[in-house]
Amino acid sequence: MKKAKLNNNNVLLLITIVLFAAMYLAGCIVYAGKGFTRLQTFLNILIGNAGLISVTCGMTCVMLTGGIDISVGSLVALDCMMMAVGVEKMGMGSPVLMVFILIVGVVFGAVQGFCIAYLEIQPFIVTMAGMFFARGMTAVLSTQQISITSDALFTKLAGTKIEFPFGGYVNTKGILQVPYIRVTVVVALLVVLATFFLLNYTRFGRSIYAVGGNQQSAALMGLDVKKTQLKTYILCSFLTSIGGICFCLNTMNGTVGQATGLEMSAISSAVIGGTLLTGGVGNVFGSLFGVLINGTISSLVQTNGKLISSWANIVTAILLCFFILLQAVFAKVKERNK
Amino acid sequence: MSNLKKLTKMRLFLPVFSMILVMAINVVYDIASGNAPFNFFTISLNNGVLYGRLIDVLNRGSEVAILAVGMTLVVSASAGTDISVGSVMSLTGGMCCMLLAGYGVTNVSEYAMPLWAGIGAGVLIACVCGLFNGFLVAYMNIQPMVATLILWSAGRAVGLLLCNSQIVYVRVASFQKIGAYVGAIPTPILIAAAVVAIAALVLRFTALGTYIQSVGINKKASRIAGLSSAKIILLCYVICGLCAGIAGIVATSRIYSADTNNIGLNMELDAILSVALGGNSLGGGKFNLAGSIIGAYTIQAITTTLYALGVSSAQAPVFKAIVVILIVVIQAEPVKEYFKKRSAKKAVEGGVQA
Repeated sequence: MKKAKLNNNNVLLLITIVLFAAMYLAGCIVYAGKGFTRLQTFLNILIGNAGLISVTCGMTCVMLTGGIDISVGSLVALDCMMMAVGVEKMGMGSPVLMVFILIVGVVFGAVQGFCIAYLEIQPFIVTMAGMFFARGMTAVLSTQQISITSDALFTKLAGTKIEFPFGGYVNTKGILQVPYIRVTVVVALLVVLATFFLLNYTRFGRSIYAVGGNQQSAALMGLDVKKTQLKTYILCSFLTSIGGICFCLNTMNGTVGQATGLEMSAISSAVIGGTLLTGGVGNVFGSLFGVLINGTISSLVQTNGKLISSWANIVTAILLCFFILLQAVFAKVKERNK
Repeated sequence: MSNLKKLTKMRLFLPVFSMILVMAINVVYDIASGNAPFNFFTISLNNGVLYGRLIDVLNRGSEVAILAVGMTLVVSASAGTDISVGSVMSLTGGMCCMLLAGYGVTNVSEYAMPLWAGIGAGVLIACVCGLFNGFLVAYMNIQPMVATLILWSAGRAVGLLLCNSQIVYVRVASFQKIGAYVGAIPTPILIAAAVVAIAALVLRFTALGTYIQSVGINKKASRIAGLSSAKIILLCYVICGLCAGIAGIVATSRIYSADTNNIGLNMELDAILSVALGGNSLGGGKFNLAGSIIGAYTIQAITTTLYALGVSSAQAPVFKAIVVILIVVIQAEPVKEYFKKRSAKKAVEGGVQA
């Protein structure tokens, strides 16, 4: 009975977690002198990727239905720009803007979802148009880089450190350094938990898995496939908007070129985390570890200092290749057992 | 009326229609702004070189047109897209310039290696990339988008490594010529024309085109009918890699440098878009090469028109997005059905009244 529980999907998740642990340990051993063993290094990975974690959760949901959303990177850029222009040019308060950004996300997702679910256009094409649109709108708002400085609440949110009561160390100047996380990390982890509960313990979440597994059988079971797809794309854009706000809290500015390629980071994180692009198989926790693996790679390359940053891309690509081949092998084994 | 219907049913209707629409917008704009009404189409000789907006569209659209050839075949055979072409272009440029200039050298006015070797190596590495993608898709049964995501990420990064993260300039006349002019005509136009012509001839006079479509329509049935489906898919990806290589050389030569960070950036999206604009289904199967090529130039025409209208290059994507959505919505099955039902209803009501 217990053996049956450890199916292919769990094995993939397990491999992801083991790989992350192994990679991090290796980093700790090789770069022990450069502070890689400190708790803060790990927390910095979380802080740096808080936005991406939230975006990846949304992407995972969309990928579970068998779709894809490549507009997320541009939407994040648009969110940051809206925040920057709203605060600096229009003098609006950040809470109003945050609500506005989330509404824009929902509308954006609804339009994309409608085109995909009810007009039956390929997700790739629709979200590509969404990607162009969001990126272009960012430029329409402003083509300059705008730093967010004048909103007190936003600056305070960005600067708040949630300190840990343990794990501190005294640095060379004799000052105690306490490990900390930012508000964004809390938000991102809450998003992960919420998405996990949504996917596993609600009707909607189970419909997502059912639709991704086999659309026809889902329809025959009486599930509204189109409505589920529409809702999933709305969810994805909503989570992306949350991610966008986190991203903005990290960067504190809005530019046209922001978050380029973020969609691919999100997709590769989800794939490394064991989500199949064909849909129906995947787990948000896997995606979280996928993001952490990506973050660890960049962190290792940065800590080394001598390697140029494109090495991070190459290593990610190799890992991606490894995981994809692993998934293919699993699929083959599964077929043979049938 | 029936003639009109026949016309709209034709496979090339949509791409040609959108092309004409873009040109019409140009004419209207020119009249509105007080220029000669056919400013868009005027071609003049400046300093012994052809000059004009139409030439500009043809010239700048060359890379996308070349990519569209390979992309059409990939989409047809494997029902998926090759998103690595932009990265592969950059890798090709990096490889070529690195060999021509020597590793670590950033600016040369003399070749370190014969020109053919540099170009050959660049195109060869692009073919190898195609082979890698094709192997994953055809033999490992991995979805095309995921399989090509690997090189999407790694291609540009390896290109950067080859160039030592710098922009490598190759200031030699014979290298610049590929992206410049032969006589009065821009070389990229000639290269694109040659690629398209060869592809068209091969597809017309061999059974390859039919094989590709049959694999795209039903992989299993084609295999049972005696075609090696996997080999054909592999071949399509290699051709796509080759096209990306040629486009990469053209793009590199245009700026006579390997600007690895920017060569071919987002080019894969334009290539996929031209395939979709050309009336091809991204679900594979039947393809229409002429449509894709017209689609590629339409995209360039839209971009050039937008620049002419004074839209900045960063804002242009908004309009591109609207155009794309309009075109795909018109093509969408449910929309078509809705209009069919409505016209049928009208016909019935008209019949009752009469």
